Amino acid sequence: MKHALKEIYVGFKSLVVGMRITLEQFFKPTVTVHYPHETLKIPPRFRGHIELVRDPATGKPICYACKLCEKACPSDCITVEGAKVDGAKKRSVTQYRLDFTKCSLCGSCVEACRDGAIRFSREYNLAGLSKEDFVMDLFKRLEQEARETEPPGGGAGQAPAAAAPPAGPAAEQVEKPAPEVK
Amino acid sequence: MEIGEPLRLVLFLVGILSFVGLNAAYLVWVERKGAGRFQRRPGPTEVGYAGLLQPIADAIKLLSKQLIVPAGVDRTLFRAAPLLMMAPAMMSLVVIPWSESLAARNINVGLLMIFAFGSINVMAIMLGGWSSRNKYAIISAARVVSQNVAYEIPMLLVVITMIMITGTMNLNEIVRQQAGSLFHWNVFRVWVNPLMPVTFLIFFICMLAETNRAPFDMAEAESELVAGAYTEYSGMGFGVFFMAEYANILLGCALGTVLFLGGWQSPIGVWPGVFWFLLKMYLLVFTVVWIRWTFPRTQFYGLLNLSWKILIPVSLFTLILSSAMMKLF
Repeated sequence: MKHALKEIYVGFKSLVVGMRITLEQFFKPTVTVHYPHETLKIPPRFRGHIELVRDPATGKPICYACKLCEKACPSDCITVEGAKVDGAKKRSVTQYRLDFTKCSLCGSCVEACRDGAIRFSREYNLAGLSKEDFVMDLFKRLEQEARETEPPGGGAGQAPAAAAPPAGPAAEQVEKPAPEVK
Repeated sequence: MEIGEPLRLVLFLVGILSFVGLNAAYLVWVERKGAGRFQRRPGPTEVGYAGLLQPIADAIKLLSKQLIVPAGVDRTLFRAAPLLMMAPAMMSLVVIPWSESLAARNINVGLLMIFAFGSINVMAIMLGGWSSRNKYAIISAARVVSQNVAYEIPMLLVVITMIMITGTMNLNEIVRQQAGSLFHWNVFRVWVNPLMPVTFLIFFICMLAETNRAPFDMAEAESELVAGAYTEYSGMGFGVFFMAEYANILLGCALGTVLFLGGWQSPIGVWPGVFWFLLKMYLLVFTVVWIRWTFPRTQFYGLLNLSWKILIPVSLFTLILSSAMMKLF
């Protein structure tokens, strides 16, 4: 009898404790990130697919198509083409093809690059309808990015419709912007 | 204002039907919002402001689905089961006094009527499970019967205690006896029976079990029985079961309010009775949601142990105690 009563008391008390805990949680703010409307800030060392780095002085890519990254890549997903432009000291990149379907984000290419011409992007919104969407030309992507960041009027003649699939600035993900007005 | 009796009944019919329908739909929203908040997420937000149109979206989805009757089932029983579950809950609301003068029918055996109709609910789930010709549904039907038999007993013992104390089965009269401050509510009337709060607790636990709510949702234990008795139901067949579950919760909470929390009586003497009734009822509904998202589902023997080893002896004891108290004082 005594044992049974104690059991009831202890059991009931534990129920009350449990309910108090959930009620406390009820009044605390939510902890979830409402994804399409809010995004977390992408940490600086996030490894997205690689991207070309622009020389801040000239606005052109640093890459001069030495193809070290192509050789360093263990899964053969990088193809670099370059050409000598008249008057320039070095070659310059004309095509930088990344087959992201094969890339394992090992970072060997970034390590192999002697001039810091490639880095990991912070692009993670990568959804595509076909496999070809993930074979991207990083040189074209850089040019497109340059066109988008130019002040309006500068790139007036350019057709904005030819947007590549991974559009949008990858580097600056604003933390929790105001929810979209619907 | 005097209005004719037929018109009054039609108004109440429409009122109760729409009240049950709206509540069943929006209690789902409350449940999902509550579940979200208890787990510190926002709950539905996308459809309408704060997800308020979510029940409508759900209803449209369910209505647009095909009603499948599986091969080889008992057609009539299969289709009748959801209705049998929904109808008694609506019927029982007829005798609930929403305020001093707002009750569709103020009959003297109101309490008896609610429990008479309440038992049909069990039969509906059992029929649904049995006629589905599905092993999960059959297991669920067997569970529902044993669970409800086990919990009907302490529930009725508690209600008998209440009838003994109040001396009437007329719900409006029961509420009228609880007039005055907070301490005149039946749940706090410890001088009538020192175990009154325990009685309320037993009533509440039994109500959870009777409506198959977590932690007693053995009937649709998703992790074991797919969806239990509702496994074979599609579209609005399932939808009606779902709504009936919330209608039964509503009824149980309304009954708890009437029997223990003073119904439409205001503890401080201001504001109309309907407000107080709804406030108390929705607080109980919130507690039901709160319990669901706090406790995991009990095991079946734990559920039966709770009833046969604790609730029935305790409720019998309160019955004897209150009759002794009434005889002595």
